[in-house]
Amino acid sequence: MQDLGISVLFRGVNFQRLLLGLWVTLRIALITIGISIVLGLLFGIVMMSRSRAARSVCRVWLEIVRFMPQLVLLYLVYFGFARLFGWNLDGEASAVLVFSFWGTAEMGDLFRGALTSIPRHQRESAAALGLTRAQINRYILLPQTVRRLLPQVINLSTRIIKTTALVKMINVTEVLKVGQQIIGQFYREPSAAFWVYAAVFLLYFLICWPISLLAGSLERRYHE
Amino acid sequence: MDWEFIGSHIPDYAAGAWVTLRFGLCGVGCAMALGLICCLLRYFRVPVLKGAARGYIELARNTPLLVQLFFLYAGLPRVGIRLSAEACAVIGLTFLGGAYMAEAFRSGLESVEKSQREAGECLGLTRWQNIRYILLPQALATAVPALFANVIFLIKETSMFSVLAMMDLMNVADTLRTSGGRTVEVLFMLAAAYLALLLPVSLLANLAERRLRYAGFGNQRSV
Amino acid sequence: MEPILRVKEIYKGFDGNGVLQGVSLDIREGEVVVIIGPSGCGKSTLLRCINGLEKIDRGEIWLRDQRISDLGKDMYRVRQRIGMVFQSYDLFPHMKVMDNLLLGPVKALKKPREEVEAEAVEMLRRVGLADKAQALPRTLSGGQKQRVALVRAMLMHPELLLLDEITAALDPEMVSEVLNVVIDLAEQGMTMAIVTHEMRFAEAVADRVLFMEQGVIAEEGVPEEFFREPRTERARRFLQSFTYASARKRPRDPAGMPEDA
Repeated sequence: MQDLGISVLFRGVNFQRLLLGLWVTLRIALITIGISIVLGLLFGIVMMSRSRAARSVCRVWLEIVRFMPQLVLLYLVYFGFARLFGWNLDGEASAVLVFSFWGTAEMGDLFRGALTSIPRHQRESAAALGLTRAQINRYILLPQTVRRLLPQVINLSTRIIKTTALVKMINVTEVLKVGQQIIGQFYREPSAAFWVYAAVFLLYFLICWPISLLAGSLERRYHE
Repeated sequence: MDWEFIGSHIPDYAAGAWVTLRFGLCGVGCAMALGLICCLLRYFRVPVLKGAARGYIELARNTPLLVQLFFLYAGLPRVGIRLSAEACAVIGLTFLGGAYMAEAFRSGLESVEKSQREAGECLGLTRWQNIRYILLPQALATAVPALFANVIFLIKETSMFSVLAMMDLMNVADTLRTSGGRTVEVLFMLAAAYLALLLPVSLLANLAERRLRYAGFGNQRSV
Repeated sequence: MEPILRVKEIYKGFDGNGVLQGVSLDIREGEVVVIIGPSGCGKSTLLRCINGLEKIDRGEIWLRDQRISDLGKDMYRVRQRIGMVFQSYDLFPHMKVMDNLLLGPVKALKKPREEVEAEAVEMLRRVGLADKAQALPRTLSGGQKQRVALVRAMLMHPELLLLDEITAALDPEMVSEVLNVVIDLAEQGMTMAIVTHEMRFAEAVADRVLFMEQGVIAEEGVPEEFFREPRTERARRFLQSFTYASARKRPRDPAGMPEDA
C-alpha cells in the first residue's frame, strides 16, 4: 500500500502545511544566526580582552554550551525559568534565547580563533611598510580573517538549522509536529508515517546540503 | 532547593545516566568504525563504494538526529521494518556519528605530508601497509582533538533517545518533572548529571592532546 | 655488460609543460651517475619516474629484464629493489629510529626481525649514529636524520639507489657528514643515480655526469672532462653562472650554493 502512503503528502494542503512548519524552524534558525553573529563578535572581542574576569565569564559560558545538550538548555529555559523567575516564555522565544546563548558562544570562539590564527609577522610586515593601524586592519587582517571565518560560520549555521528541530520537544508546532498531525489524520494509511518522516528528512537535507556545499567550496577556494 | 528530593532521586538519575552512557558509547564505537571504513573507502578510491560513502556522509551531516530517529522508530515499522528502541538508538547515533568521524579521519589523513606516503612507497610497502604503519598512526594523532569533540557531541545528542521511550537521563528527568512538579530540582540534577558524564571525557581529551603534542606529532616539520 | 637500468625515450608533462622530453639513460652495475642542471630541468622528475612516483606519458623503463614503467599496483615489488632518499629526509615521525629502519625489511621484505636489527645496529655504527637507535626523529639534527634515511634505504639492499638532492635542506656544516656516507657507499660498489647541486661532491663521486636542461640530457661525460671542459655552451654557462654567483656570496664554499629544484 506504499503508493497510497506517499499520496498523503500531496493530498489537500498537506505539503504546504509541512512547508509552513519548516518555515517555523527556519525562522527561529535565521533569527538565532543573526543574533549569534552580532553578539558573537562582541563575545570574541571580550575573549581577547585584557580583563581576566571578563575572559573567565566567557570561558565558563563556552564550557556550559559545550557540555550541556541543547535539549537540556531548552528544558531549563522553557520549564525552569517559569518556576525560577516566573517568566512564562513561549516555545519560540525560549528556543531563540537558548540557541542564541549557544550560538553566541560558538560564534565568538570562531571569531577569536580566526583573529588569533593570523601570524604575527603579517601585522609586523604590514607595519614595516608604514601602514597605519587602521590600514593594517582594513587591508591585511580583515580580509584574511573573513576568508578563514566564512566557511566555519556557514557550517555553524547549518548546525543551528539542524538543531532547531528540537523545538518540537517544547511544544512548538514545527515541521515534525505538523508531520505527526498529518499522520494522525490519515491513520488509515498505514505507510503514511514512513512517507511523512521521509519527507521531513529530505526537506532538512535539501536546505542544509546546499549550504554545506557552499561552505566546502569556499573552504577549498580560500585554501589555495 | 529541596535537597531531600534530590538525594532520594539520585538512583533514578544514575540508572538514566547508565542508559545514556551505555548506548552513547556503543554508538560512538560503531560510529568510529563506520567512519574509518568510509574514510578508507574514499582514500583507496574503491569504485562505487566511495561514491556511496560520500553520499552517506552528506546525508547524515545535513539532517537532524531527531528526524533520523523518528524515521527509524516511527516511519520504518510502517513499511515492515521493525526495530527495537535500543536498536534505533544505536543505529541512529552510528548513522549520524559515522559521517562526522569519517570527516575527522579524512582531515587527519590529509594533514599527513605527501612525502611521507612517498617515503613509504619507496620502501616497497604495499598501499595497505603504507596506510597501516605510516599514514594512519600520524593521521590518528592529528585527528584526536576532532575525534574527542565528536565523542562529546554524540553523547550530548543521546538526549534525543527520550523520543524512543528509552529511560535515558532526559526521559528520567522528564518523567519526574511531569509527575512531581519539582521542576527546578529535576532540571538541576539533569544538568549536573550531564556535566558529570562529560567532564571526564573532556579531561581525557585534554590529556590525550597534550601527550600527543609532547610526543612531537602533528605536521610541523623541523629542518 | 647488461645495464641494471634502461630508460628509453621517456616523456613526462605536467599541465601541458613537457618536463621530460625524450630522456634515455643506461646505468650499469656499480656505476654512479650524477645528474646536474638548472632548476626545473627535469632531473628530480627523472628520478621520480624511475621508481614510479610519477607516471610517464611515453617511453619505457626497464630494471634488468623487467619492464617497470607500466606496472601500476604491482610497482611496490619493484620499489623493494630500488632505494630512494629525498631532500626532506621523511623519517616517520611517530617511530623511533630503529623502527624506521626495520619497517621496510620486516614488513615489505618479510625478513626476520633479529637479523635486520643486528644489521641495522652495525650500519648505524658505521655512519656514527650507534647511540641514536632508540631516539625519536625530532630529536635528531638534519644531518643525522639524513644519515638515518640513507641507512633506512640501504637496509633494503637495493639494486639501485636514487638520491634526490639529499643535502639541499641541510645547514652547510652538515652537508659533508651526509655526503661522506654516500662516498663510502660508492666505494663499496653501490649503483646510484644522484641529483645534486654540490659540484665538488659530484666531481668526487661520479663515474659519469649527465647535464640536463629543458627536459633533455644536453651533455654527458666523465667528471674530469665535464667539469674542466664542458663541450656544450649551455653546460659551460651553467657551471660558470654557478661559480660566479657563489664566488660573491660565499667565497669559502664555491660549490655549495643551495638551490630549489
